[in-house]
Amino acid sequence: MNDAVAVEMNASDVPQVKSARAETILYVDGVSVTFDGFRALNNLSFYIEPGELRAIIGPNGAGKTTMMDIITGKTRPDTGDVLFKSEIDLTKMDEAEIANLGIGRKFQKPTVFESHTVFDNLLLACSGGRGVFQALFHRLSDVEKTKIEKTLITIMLEDKRDETAANLSHGQKQWLEIGMLLMQEPELLLVDEPVAGMTDSETEETAKLLRNIAKEYSVVVVEHDMEFVRDLDCKVTVLHEGSVLAEGRLDHVQKDPRVIEVYLGR
Amino acid sequence: MTDYRQKYQMTPVVGWLLKDRGGMILLAILIAAAILVPIGNLLMPETSAFHVPTWMLSLLGKYLCYALLALSVDLIWGFCGILSLGHGAFFALGGYAMGMYLMRQIGDRGVYGNPELPDFMVFLNWTELPWYWYGFDMFWFAIVMAMFVPGLLAFVFGFLAFRSRVTGVYLSIITQAMTYALLLAFFRNDMGFGGNNGLTDFKDLLGYSLQSDGTRSGLFVASCVFLGICYIVARGITQSRLGKVLIAIRDAEARVRFTGYRVEYYKLFVFTVSAVMAGIAGALYVPQVGIINPGEFAPALSIEIVIWVAVGGRGTLYGAVLGAFIVNYAKTFFTGVMPDFWLFFLGGLFIAVTLFLPKGVIGAVPAFGSPDRKSVLSGLRKRIADRRTNEGGKA
Repeated sequence: MNDAVAVEMNASDVPQVKSARAETILYVDGVSVTFDGFRALNNLSFYIEPGELRAIIGPNGAGKTTMMDIITGKTRPDTGDVLFKSEIDLTKMDEAEIANLGIGRKFQKPTVFESHTVFDNLLLACSGGRGVFQALFHRLSDVEKTKIEKTLITIMLEDKRDETAANLSHGQKQWLEIGMLLMQEPELLLVDEPVAGMTDSETEETAKLLRNIAKEYSVVVVEHDMEFVRDLDCKVTVLHEGSVLAEGRLDHVQKDPRVIEVYLGR
Repeated sequence: MTDYRQKYQMTPVVGWLLKDRGGMILLAILIAAAILVPIGNLLMPETSAFHVPTWMLSLLGKYLCYALLALSVDLIWGFCGILSLGHGAFFALGGYAMGMYLMRQIGDRGVYGNPELPDFMVFLNWTELPWYWYGFDMFWFAIVMAMFVPGLLAFVFGFLAFRSRVTGVYLSIITQAMTYALLLAFFRNDMGFGGNNGLTDFKDLLGYSLQSDGTRSGLFVASCVFLGICYIVARGITQSRLGKVLIAIRDAEARVRFTGYRVEYYKLFVFTVSAVMAGIAGALYVPQVGIINPGEFAPALSIEIVIWVAVGGRGTLYGAVLGAFIVNYAKTFFTGVMPDFWLFFLGGLFIAVTLFLPKGVIGAVPAFGSPDRKSVLSGLRKRIADRRTNEGGKA
């Protein structure tokens, strides 16, 4: 029954949707996905403009990570469209293809290659040939080296380049992972809880880092930490039970009674 | 400060080999053995202290084949985290390819004196050679098949398994099932590979009698050479950017995918290379032991290979070679002195290595071990601490 309503609503939205689609980097429309009867996403629709920094907040189980999984090809939606740059259908592609299109993803738990050095971590993420034989006969070029050096400075790890990633602190691993995303030269960055487990000063540094990155790329940040979201100073989308509850500036959505109810309990 | 250009350029083979201390030692030992052991066997009089008896030559040759097999397993397990419990199958297939050539070389010298058919086919009342035996009278064809058949099986099997994202213990189980299925198939007489008895009674190789000391020395040298070549190939793979991707897959497979690499292609490549190496090991093994039968497909043998690698030191390549020698020497020793205790010893060894030497024997040598695991005791302490944090993390 819900589906029927959703379809009807979409039909009436068509003209608006068309114009929105024209200049979006990411366009998510009517996406639903069900796991064993649990509706993780329920007719989720939103779009991100090129160069935008967007925070997505929501209580546990709101569908934030599932949304990331769908955009990056890990999970297939039951219904709905996910378009990259207004025309590329992401729902048919796998993780590697989507990554190579220019969508980088940072996991909730910092995931770096622990046995490799910081330098090698960035080298592996460096955009370029991903083929088996290209990798076998790969030689480090000056261009790649310069790029890695530049990223090391951006992520504040230039003195750790020779350190094994396993020896980095939690916060440094998060930065390294962000650095690896930058090395992929993505057009859209999806960042899942970048400041979970960070100290206050690290959190501040990270907000600064992401704001800087957002000058060049489109960035979507999923986060719990309201202070951090305030630091980001950007448009906020509130998710609840798999769909968008509210959207706008943080001050605006924080005054929304529905958001207060979801966050503070009823 | 390190010069990165120098460090990360894919320097010519000699360049990165020189930096690989364990590999240099291994290659030096192999070259010395390939020269000195045959001299000791062929030229030294039997009374001399430097004389190498033929049985010892054959035994060492056999260990070299096992070492190559262990190397092939370490390449996929140590560097890419693919725990194959069916690598004995690739070894046995390589062995069968060589065995088929040796059978064809017997010609009319078999018990039944049939110039066309091996004895077991005459015994089964077969009248003509099955099509898949064609070409095995040519040495080069048998050698190509000893590499191609295991490689093809690994390619097809790996393609299906890795594409479906079968990993971890599930992959280990299906590799076991694969070798077990082949074991059952090769036991059947209808398969045309000698059934239960396998292939044996070999006479000569390229016209040289397999019983002569000269041929045995030649096979020993060939085993040294192939182990050396395969070591260099494996090291070349692991030190390249591809090798770094493999280690990355071992440590964080999802991250590699989201970084844009096709994980399945990388796994398929290294799995196939590894199977080809195992096939070469089998082809070298069969003429030295004089028999190949379905017993080589036994799942237990494949598990034993993993123990060799674990004992020697996973993820080092030369550690696998060392482990194959240690465990097989112990096996030769124990099965001679107290045969009933061998399996207990093997089980005990595996447990002891897992608990006390997580990096294997090679990891206990300070020059090769990592600095944070200098001693056996600190290794154990770290392990207990790791386990506690892991349990804490789960709870």
